[in-house]
Amino acid sequence: MTTVTELTLSHLRSHHRTSLQLDERPVALFGANGAGKTNILEAVSLLSPGRGLRRAPMDELIRRPEALGWKVTSVLKVGTSVHEIETWAEPGHSRTVRIDGKAAPQVALGHIARIVWLIPAMDRLWIEGADGRRRFLDRIAMSFDPKHAPTVLAYEKAMRERNRLLKDMVRDDHWYVALERQMAETGITIMQTRQAAMDRLLLAQDGAETAFPAADLSLIHPDSDLPDTADAFAEKLKESRPADLRAGRTLFGPHRVDLAAVYSEKDVPAAQCSTGEQKALLISLVLSNARALAEDEGAPPIILLDEVAAHLDTARRAALYDEICALKAQAWMTGTGHELFEELESRAQQLEVFEEDGVSQVRQ
Amino acid sequence: MSAPNDLENLIDLMARLPGLGPRSARRAVLHLVKKRALTLIPLADAIARVAETARECLNCGNIGTTDLCPICESEKRANGELCVVEDVADLWAMERAAVFKGRYHVLGGTLSALDAIGPAELRIPKLIDRVTTESISEIILALNATVDGQTTAHYIADQLEARVKVTTLAQGVPIGGELDYLDDGTISAALRARKTV
Ligand SMILES: Nc1ncnc2c1ncn2[C@@H]1O[C@H](COP(=O)(O)OP(=O)(O)OP(=O)(O)O)[C@@H](O)[C@H]1O
Ligand SMILES: [Mg+2]
Ligand SMILES: [Zn+2]
Repeated sequence: MTTVTELTLSHLRSHHRTSLQLDERPVALFGANGAGKTNILEAVSLLSPGRGLRRAPMDELIRRPEALGWKVTSVLKVGTSVHEIETWAEPGHSRTVRIDGKAAPQVALGHIARIVWLIPAMDRLWIEGADGRRRFLDRIAMSFDPKHAPTVLAYEKAMRERNRLLKDMVRDDHWYVALERQMAETGITIMQTRQAAMDRLLLAQDGAETAFPAADLSLIHPDSDLPDTADAFAEKLKESRPADLRAGRTLFGPHRVDLAAVYSEKDVPAAQCSTGEQKALLISLVLSNARALAEDEGAPPIILLDEVAAHLDTARRAALYDEICALKAQAWMTGTGHELFEELESRAQQLEVFEEDGVSQVRQ
Repeated sequence: MSAPNDLENLIDLMARLPGLGPRSARRAVLHLVKKRALTLIPLADAIARVAETARECLNCGNIGTTDLCPICESEKRANGELCVVEDVADLWAMERAAVFKGRYHVLGGTLSALDAIGPAELRIPKLIDRVTTESISEIILALNATVDGQTTAHYIADQLEARVKVTTLAQGVPIGGELDYLDDGTISAALRARKTV
């Protein structure tokens, strides 16, 4: 299993220096609004590649007013191996990662720990734009295949380059061909990895005993069929160049793909489900993701659930706790009141977070 | 306690060098001053001479002290193979590995529309000239595995592959890994296992 056994937040948002010693049980963080609970989850999310669960610019994380820079230090136990991860950013700099004392690229984090999350901002995932759903799917894909992250970055970089040529009305065919070649190669891989992730999720969902609703998932592209070889993809990009030139951007490709979900039992599209049902679908997918990883990797991921407990009725909440405990996942959960976590009792480590003179504190 | 002005200035300048920081620059300057005759004066002379003579090779972009670098001067290196690199540091890394017997072409960067670097900003037109004037039989692209590096590789291949054999280093080179950081063994393995694009 994957466990954060030590976590230290230095000068990160409301935390001055918060140091936690943890065992493998789920972690329940309770305390008043603004106490600093989500900030702790954010720190854990920074143990995976990317900008963390708030997708915040790295400078925003720096504790004010000191503005010195932030750092997260952690010891992670994955199966029988133990890793020390340090990550930090100084003002005006991107973030740095060290794994076991050695400088490492951010993407290397994806190979150490799988971390999946659900945050309140995702409550509107099914009704807002496709961006959020695509990102959600890409995080799931990345949890199954850490190489997905650099591939998506490479695709997006090549596309931004191509969009620049389109905007500047550059007519150098060789340059387009060079970029389209790379978009085609990474684009095909992205689509295959997403498809595989979705299939894996559906499979995990099929066999599961769960109180959460099953979802029928599908990938949709606003445009016609997506090509299934790199050559066909490159050809299609070439064909769409005149239309793209008029639009000033790339109109076709995996960056336009959307994830559609239907609440299976009722046969209702997610966007038309009730608020609670939409949330239940998300929880269901995160749990399926965790179950699949537990089977494939022999270790469930770390799960971050920000303010999830408060939105569930008592029965669903108890079911969620039971499923997390059955998975043996170190799930980090937040809520304002201790009573939200009562059903967990000693199955979880209960931490109280409070604010004192503008500094977050934790009572273990 | 702060060092007097001239010294402080030298420390500041040294601290900007790659691999050095304020602390190591301070140590280096102190060492130089203490070993005035043995290191400081010869170093100052050497720097002054290089400031006068260092220049880019008019043919390949290598850095040397003459208009044509020794590699472009040497007839022995005119074996029809031309290795294209991004930066002089890459050329020097290849030379250190001592496995490549042909000539080089330093582009001076990579294509990047976002940074407004197009073919004309790089030594790409000159590369296309050299294929004819030096009767090149094989172009070996030793560009970084970054998106920009690979865009540049595809760009050159797309223009030249009808006229000349174009190959790339085998992808043992890690993503985003720069030639300059690879050990000699890795470079020679990548060169031996090169493949056509
Ligand atoms: N860069 C920063 N420097 C200092 N404080 C910050 C910074 N960024 C955010 N904060 C503060 O951190 C505090 C705690 O935020 P956090 O989101 O962790 O609260 P929370 O415990 O999750 O509260 P809620 O229950 O309302 O979600 C907030 O009061 C916020 O103003
Ligand atoms: Mg919060
Ligand atoms: Zn030369």
